[in-house]
Amino acid sequence: METLFFLIISLVAIVSAIMVISCKNPINSALSLILTFFCLATYYVMLDAPFMAAVQVMVYAGAIMVLIVFTIMLLNIRVNATQKHAHKVALSCIIGFATLINAAFIVFKSRAAVPAGPYTSNVIKQVGHTELIGKEMFTTFLLPFEITSILLLVAIVGAVILAKKKL
Amino acid sequence: MENLNSYLIVSAILFSIGTIGVLSRKNAIVIFMCIELMLNAVNLTFVALSRHLGNLDGQVFVFFVMTVAAAEAAVGLALMIAFYNNKESIDVEDVNLMKW
Repeated sequence: METLFFLIISLVAIVSAIMVISCKNPINSALSLILTFFCLATYYVMLDAPFMAAVQVMVYAGAIMVLIVFTIMLLNIRVNATQKHAHKVALSCIIGFATLINAAFIVFKSRAAVPAGPYTSNVIKQVGHTELIGKEMFTTFLLPFEITSILLLVAIVGAVILAKKKL
Repeated sequence: MENLNSYLIVSAILFSIGTIGVLSRKNAIVIFMCIELMLNAVNLTFVALSRHLGNLDGQVFVFFVMTVAAAEAAVGLALMIAFYNNKESIDVEDVNLMKW
């Protein structure tokens, strides 16, 4: 049952990802990308990471995609039917398939380490995923967390300066 | 967990699709969305391996990747709007001022 569900979600994710790169209109690409993000959130739930799924839906499918759709509609670019460069598409497909074969080779040839960490499925279900992530983030990863806040501050300042009329 | 490989393969497929999109499209916003797709494929790898190893470090890293993606979206889209105001286009082929 879970395998069937996994296959269905994979099919939707991959088809919508192909739609992202093949649609002519950027709005259709953006909507397909939102579908892909929801499929990834489903994967996170299946992997016992419900907090990551919630953050995925809120930050990616919510905030970032709203920004992208807002920009597409603000710029209002008309879809001009320019001729596609066939050799460019063919070359990029070759490079993409080479990447895929390389990654699949690594996945099938290598063996992941045996499960050794303390956070098994039962522990996550008992304590709660959000609590575990929060503890980890505010103890072990406290310095990276603070640096992240500085990064967001810099991004805000940068966006405001770029949006000014005269640079 | 025996189906770790299936998650990794799905992630590899999504990453390759993102690569193809970045290399073949000309619209800067679509390229940007393909980069988001690649970031998400990597996030899926992180979460699957973190779940497999019973270690939460990978999921914290996914959180940081999402933060960087949000900052990138804010600055990148502001750049695109600034570029559109100058050139009336967001094709990456029009960004050729520094092309040799």
